[in-house]
Amino acid sequence: MTTPHNLSRRLFLQRAAVGTLLATGGSTLLAACASGSDDSASGGGGADKTAENPFGVKSADPLDVVIFKGGYGDEYAKFHESLYKKKFPESTIKHTGTTEITPQLQPRFNGGNPPDVIDNSGAKLLPVSTLASSGQLADLTSLFDASSIDDANVKVKDSIEPITLEAADLGGKPLVLNYVLTVYGLWYDKKTFAEKGWEPAKTWADFLTLCETIKKSGMAPLAHQGKYPYYIGQVLLDMAVKHGGQDVIKAIDSLEPNAWMHPSIKAAAEALLELKKKGYIMQGTEGLDHIQSQTAWNQGKAAFIPSGSWLENEQKPVAPKDFETTVTFTPLLDGAKLPVECTEISAGEGFIVPEKAKNKAGGLEYLRIMMSKEGAGKFTELTGSPTVVKGAAEGLKLSPGASSSGALLKSGGENNWSTYFASWYSTMNDPMYSIVGELVAARITSDEFQKRAQKLADDTAKDPKTVKRTRS
Amino acid sequence: MRHGSYRFVASFLAIPLALYAIFVISPFAQAFYYSLTNWTGVSPKFEFVGLDNFKTLTHDAVFRKALGNNVILLIGVPLLVILLALIFAYLLNVGGRSNSAGVQGVRGNGFYKLAFFLPQVLSVPVIAVIWSVVMTSTDNGLANTVTRKLGLGTSQFLANPDIALYCVMWVMIWGSVGFYLVLFNAAMSGIPKDIFEAAIIDGASRLSTFFRITIPLLWDTIQTSWVYLAILALDAYALVAVMTAGPGGPDNSTQVMALQIADNGFKFGRAGYASAMGVVLFFLTLIIAAVMLRATRRDRIEY
Repeated sequence: MTTPHNLSRRLFLQRAAVGTLLATGGSTLLAACASGSDDSASGGGGADKTAENPFGVKSADPLDVVIFKGGYGDEYAKFHESLYKKKFPESTIKHTGTTEITPQLQPRFNGGNPPDVIDNSGAKLLPVSTLASSGQLADLTSLFDASSIDDANVKVKDSIEPITLEAADLGGKPLVLNYVLTVYGLWYDKKTFAEKGWEPAKTWADFLTLCETIKKSGMAPLAHQGKYPYYIGQVLLDMAVKHGGQDVIKAIDSLEPNAWMHPSIKAAAEALLELKKKGYIMQGTEGLDHIQSQTAWNQGKAAFIPSGSWLENEQKPVAPKDFETTVTFTPLLDGAKLPVECTEISAGEGFIVPEKAKNKAGGLEYLRIMMSKEGAGKFTELTGSPTVVKGAAEGLKLSPGASSSGALLKSGGENNWSTYFASWYSTMNDPMYSIVGELVAARITSDEFQKRAQKLADDTAKDPKTVKRTRS
Repeated sequence: MRHGSYRFVASFLAIPLALYAIFVISPFAQAFYYSLTNWTGVSPKFEFVGLDNFKTLTHDAVFRKALGNNVILLIGVPLLVILLALIFAYLLNVGGRSNSAGVQGVRGNGFYKLAFFLPQVLSVPVIAVIWSVVMTSTDNGLANTVTRKLGLGTSQFLANPDIALYCVMWVMIWGSVGFYLVLFNAAMSGIPKDIFEAAIIDGASRLSTFFRITIPLLWDTIQTSWVYLAILALDAYALVAVMTAGPGGPDNSTQVMALQIADNGFKFGRAGYASAMGVVLFFLTLIIAAVMLRATRRDRIEY
């Protein structure tokens, strides 16, 4: 018989479990627990720092690049890598294109061996405010102060849009290079509008008249991506900021008391409620995601839809051939402080260099190469999206969407505004837009909206785990 | 001899136990440890903060809402799934006419079994996508077209905070009934048919054979199913994440604990806090399973 006589089953299992725990689990628990250990890496560099090579990259050091392979693909990155390789022929470049940024990189950050350059974007992006506050991102000051590739007399920071520097700042230091310039607004099909003789409206009264005309023609005046109320939230904020001036959004971003109680927020909230109550918002759009609602818009079921300048590229597979994706500003509420022609812009697609990267110098140099006119121009050519590099898109033939967002960007000039609370305070982002969703479905009043939004902002400000930031 | 058999059995157990220790026990132990720290999830550095995370948890309104929603699922899902599965299994087994050949199931029961079991073969995200398309909020969505034609009016389904959770619950039930039907069906075929026949000859109605024969003899299976379904209801992550706005539903109407754990751990950079939620969920699951098994314990009937 094989049953051990002197050994009860229970006792045996206990001993076996303890034995294996000691043999394997013990060491796993100690050595390989999820948070890893705190090793410091060299950071690369060490070669002579010259004007050509301001960070002293050693030509032989390998470079590890991780790119978010989303709407923009990763072909552009392969081009940037080829530029790097041309400059440092002895280097080997490891390229990774993925949508799984956090799942792939979290263990590497914890293990102390992060890659050298990360395009931190997409739905699974790393929580950048957390990385910043725990000192895991390289300071980009030296990068912005270095001379640009195209002109040794011009610093990098003067060759890019000023918003990049504002967006780069996380707690007093520039830590993120936001590479893509995005223009937000209301999007429509210029061809349909021309056929029907419609014109995008400048004032609120005109907008309501236009909506009535559109509704009578059998089309819904406005659709939005109801499953993600973020989109319609940008319209709300845009109308509020244009009504009350930039201070409105600066107060919100700085979590100031009563920032959301501002009369301009109320005016914009009332405007959205009016649209809903008059039946100008597409029926059922509250339950649609971005793909469903934007497809309905492409099919001519709705005239306007809010989005950013990635929209044209995103809708390419479903948009009719002759669809002229065009952006316009949101209408101006009565008594507004800013002109109608300005809009929200943002610098997005955040590139970071980890502080503990093995080849930190190479990572910085890679970012500098990205900001050359050659690198940025190729990006726009491949993706149809403008970058923060000034004049990089000159001479390129642009699509209707890209050229109209370029025009809107230009007409807004100094008045174009940006917001940061959603990225600064990650815990506030989703809940805030969830409240916006309640408002645009007209399930709460504008007063309730303001109260709930303010409470969320106050709770965020009080939360000891949140690092508060202020805008100048 | 004794030594030899130790080694012999250990050689069989070593690998599975090692895997279990590495992939099950060790993550659990680590989660308990991290729940007492302020670990961000993306940094090797963190501090020990004692029970702070649990204190924060007690006044976290969103987590409380999530807990409430899980409780609704916990009550609704096992009850309805077991009820439906039992009824269907009963019909498939002994629902047909009885003749000289004895008691039979309804005609074509093989086909019904297959049809009910089909959702079990689909992965959860597939089910979620199918149903979110069926329950489209516009008036020309699939379900809305049907209800409108029937004169029942239309609904916003998942976009309506009042019913979104029940839409998710319905999909969970739809996806689970098939498996439990097959399970109960197998258990029922284990009950000798002559018991039913004897009862029917004695004049027992179908209803009383169901309550007095089928359910008592199936009790062990039902009890186990109840615990499994309770664990399923305490999770619900995949359905909620794929189907509902946000995700988490309009106004947190479909927020569940598992979603909060994922959000805090991966989106907000609060892995320590998320671990504390995980620990709470762990004990809740344990307590609920223990209470259910105790409360529903009955004497086993031998046959």
